Amino acid sequence: MSAQPELRVEREGQPKKAVDLLFGDLWGYAPAPESTGPVRFEKRYGHFIDGEFVAGDKWFASVNPATEEPLVEVAEADEAMVDRAVQSSRKAYDKYWKKMKGSERAKYIFRIARMIQERARELAILESMDGGKPIKESRDIDVPLAAAHFFYYAGWADKLEYAFPGGKPQPIGVAGQIIPWNFPLLMAAWKLAPALAAGNCCVLKPAETTPLTAMKLAEILQEADLPPGVVNIVNGFGRTGAAIVNHADVDKIAFTGSTDVGKIIQRALAGTKKRLTLELGGKGANIIFEDAPIDQAVEGIIDGIFFNQGHVCCAGSRLLVEESVAETVIRKLGHRIQTLRVGDPLDKNTDVGAINSKPQLEKIQELVDSGVDQGAQKHQSRCDLPAKGYFFRPTFFTDVSPSHRIAQEEIFGPVLSVMTFRTPEEAIERANNTPYGLSAGIWSDKGSKLFKIAGAMQAGVIWGNTFNKFDPTSPFGGYKESGFGREGGRHGLLPYLEIG
Amino acid sequence: MATAPTRVPVKKTYKLYIGGAFPRSEGGHYLVVKDHKGAFVANVCRATRKDFRGAMVAARKAQAPWAARSAFNRGQILYRMAEMLEGRAAVFERLLAELHGYSASEAQAEVGAAVDRLVYYAGWCDKVTQVFGNTNPVASQHFNFSFIEPTGVVAAVAPKTAPLLGLVSVMAPLISIGNAAIVMVTPDNAVVAIELAEALATSDLPGGVVNLLTALWEDVGSYVSGHMDLDAFFGVGLSSEEQKAIQVSAAESVKRTKFVDDASPAEWRQESRQSPYWILPFTETKTAWHPMGS
Amino acid sequence: MVKNPSSYVPPRVPTVDEVGVKERAAEFASRSIKKAAKVEGLKLVVRMMDLTTLEGSDTPGKVLQLCQKARHPIHGFDDVPPVAAVCVYPPLVKPAKAALEGTDIKVAAVATYFPSGQADLADRLDEVRRTVADGADEIDMVISRGDFLAGHYGKIFDEVAATAEACKPAHLKVILEVGELQTFDKVRLASQIAIDAGADFIKTSTGKIPSAASVPVTLVMLETIRDHFLKTGKMVGMKPAGGIREAKDALRYLVMVKETLGDAWLSPDWFRFGASSLLNDVLMQIVKEKTGRYQSHRYFSVS
Repeated sequence: MSAQPELRVEREGQPKKAVDLLFGDLWGYAPAPESTGPVRFEKRYGHFIDGEFVAGDKWFASVNPATEEPLVEVAEADEAMVDRAVQSSRKAYDKYWKKMKGSERAKYIFRIARMIQERARELAILESMDGGKPIKESRDIDVPLAAAHFFYYAGWADKLEYAFPGGKPQPIGVAGQIIPWNFPLLMAAWKLAPALAAGNCCVLKPAETTPLTAMKLAEILQEADLPPGVVNIVNGFGRTGAAIVNHADVDKIAFTGSTDVGKIIQRALAGTKKRLTLELGGKGANIIFEDAPIDQAVEGIIDGIFFNQGHVCCAGSRLLVEESVAETVIRKLGHRIQTLRVGDPLDKNTDVGAINSKPQLEKIQELVDSGVDQGAQKHQSRCDLPAKGYFFRPTFFTDVSPSHRIAQEEIFGPVLSVMTFRTPEEAIERANNTPYGLSAGIWSDKGSKLFKIAGAMQAGVIWGNTFNKFDPTSPFGGYKESGFGREGGRHGLLPYLEIG
Repeated sequence: MATAPTRVPVKKTYKLYIGGAFPRSEGGHYLVVKDHKGAFVANVCRATRKDFRGAMVAARKAQAPWAARSAFNRGQILYRMAEMLEGRAAVFERLLAELHGYSASEAQAEVGAAVDRLVYYAGWCDKVTQVFGNTNPVASQHFNFSFIEPTGVVAAVAPKTAPLLGLVSVMAPLISIGNAAIVMVTPDNAVVAIELAEALATSDLPGGVVNLLTALWEDVGSYVSGHMDLDAFFGVGLSSEEQKAIQVSAAESVKRTKFVDDASPAEWRQESRQSPYWILPFTETKTAWHPMGS
Repeated sequence: MVKNPSSYVPPRVPTVDEVGVKERAAEFASRSIKKAAKVEGLKLVVRMMDLTTLEGSDTPGKVLQLCQKARHPIHGFDDVPPVAAVCVYPPLVKPAKAALEGTDIKVAAVATYFPSGQADLADRLDEVRRTVADGADEIDMVISRGDFLAGHYGKIFDEVAATAEACKPAHLKVILEVGELQTFDKVRLASQIAIDAGADFIKTSTGKIPSAASVPVTLVMLETIRDHFLKTGKMVGMKPAGGIREAKDALRYLVMVKETLGDAWLSPDWFRFGASSLLNDVLMQIVKEKTGRYQSHRYFSVS
């Protein structure tokens, strides 16, 4: 046991209070790294086309953000490769998938769900190595939820006529699906599972910084004996995504990512008959009333902004606290961030892992600097950061005004902006005062107020006295510039069906 | 003119319908409406982009209170609209015959279908959230439910055919769930449209929930879908070039868009032209979670 | 006997969301404590232990054996420290005190007509005074759950305050019997009342009903302690008791203390485990860590 260090909330320019809690290392946890021993992966991955892995001719490296070392090389698909993928999907759609009975289709999807469960540990480790997220999250959330999505949608495949009363649901055809780097495997599941259950074939493009679990998923699809071409996976950057979006034989695009890119895609599809769903950015409000269960609210705030390093489109990145409890909440937040363990994503005790990429780290730093420049008060954990890798200390700002950039722009990092309000009306107005509309949190013990505020929120997911909960049965998606269409639940089938 | 008429009829002035009032176009320009034989019928307002802007303000103001009304109440108001239309059936039948060359039986069929369509959507008002909402059996200790809400303010382009039924078929699904609508009507259909507006104004529909602009698409089109406060767009019978332009500008604020091909009056009367799936594109699904504990 | 009930106004305490508390508790359980951290943690658990026997069949002889175990938990592992206290019924305080003479190990006694508390306050206070006079260093009292659930909060406050007065100079641990309070909201309120009335420690349970200490309920109590400290600067101790039988569980409590109250509470002065069978499991784990061999009960004395 070592001596007690002075560890307190760092609030720049403020005197420290005499009575305070000390979160030191009187009893420290030893490193508890998840063993990577059993995990195998190739040095290079091309694409998964027509049921086979095929090489590319242009390669790029995917970096482990916790070490800054290249982890794996991946091929970049050009238009010709995308065309091969789309043609393969089209052929598979015509030849097998649209002819297959829903009950048979279902069994493939169930099989995929089971095989993800069987290989859960391997997938979790790879997810953390490739993307930087803490192993406890990839192990307890990403991978189990991915399996659960396949399991949930599998059962829909032969029951589609019950999903949309009065309709005659038919698949659309070939879906192009472009997913982000924040939940690589989970987003692949969110996209593939409903599309396949609805009877479509897919061309999936993982994000360029996180291709690894998609390639492992391709192995699973192969082992599951999914007919070749039902799912094709192409790697690459935005150019590859654009080739999918602009391919004439794609019937539907599903995109999760930034609002800027979403708008580009929406424009690109103008004048075509392609269907589109967008799951874009957010600047979620987390509203804390004075009658909230305060300690659970603090946990909800922490989970809302530091889960997955804040790389969450539905993050509760704007905290709105009723003035009467603001001081209490801010003090508790100050303590709580000191107990967040930042570091090696593979350590089982890590709460906040690595920022996904260097450009993302630079963007976070730039916005944090703007917060300081614009006069907001920065509070930051004093934890040590690893010498190498892209890491950022859990941070929150007080004295934030709604016009500050940190109050308006999506930071997509572990940075929270705290603002106060006095009345429910003011809370509603502030929460909705954004072009985004993905999520909102409301904390109050008063049911009547909670229902009222939930109804007034212009956001697709409302968490009352909880935050950042996900489930395959629960529809997810945004209002306004956070996109359109839903993923999850019965509603998540709709984007992949013609109702007739 | 051989003989002077025994009584000179009073000609009606057709204005815009914005926020429950009937203003003239701010631009002061007009369009000549002729009947199907080419004879002069009336001068109607030629709405400008500023008129659209005004309608947007009125619609925005009206939308939240409209959505906040009970679904039962909205259903009653749509039903009241049907009643008002039924009461004026003879007027519309005459206009459809005289201006649009409908036979008597066709005119009767269209007016009847328009009334029935309002009744159809009146009935959906308090059912559509049930049919498209549900509780979700999440795996954690939470109560979770999803329900649809109106998306907000929707701009629509009414069909060129079926001047009455087409307009009703576009407007009714939008407002049934609680959206406010700004419907652009081709000047050829202006007389029927503004007659309808007068019927709406005397029903219990709050001002601003439906706004009708008689406009040329080339005047207002590029301003409509680019308006940053507009939530969605519903276009009927637009060319693929027009659709493309709308979608490009709609992307500026990630608007929802839906396009439907125009159809013959007879086709508009068919049941396939009414559906809750015409309501659904103009809704947002909201999902709420809450812990279950003691 | 409280002749003049105080004008105590029950405090407003934050509401507690059951699901949220349990989620947080599960996070503590997911911490991975291995190797050196595990050994250090387990030794701390031993130092924090109120080694307890509360059976109708207890005899001075059994208490002597227990005290022997308290002083030297295991032979051959000299770095395993003695426990914090031995916890017994009042009539056994004297033999325990004698057996522990010359050590720092405290004698704790459950008084106030433990476990039911069903007696006149005067009788309960008499028992407390007698027990302290017999040499008890710490008194574990029970609150009147019936009065609490009936909403007689002022009465609870007065009784705890009177007991705190009567037990001086011994320390007072106030048992809420959380299993009978049932909800976290009630636990939070009872914790605050006990603290306001002068409790040195608050304690979850008697161990005499099936529903006893749990990580979530202890978390609610720790949060009460934390908020009280931040408001007043006064530290209060915490003792979960009943149902903690495995070393793995005990470490979860330590994790919770570390991450909720910080380093200052990682001490027997401020955190105790009330347990009877926990000690041997902790010892087995310590020996396992040192020898690399999984252990058997046959090598660990039962008391």
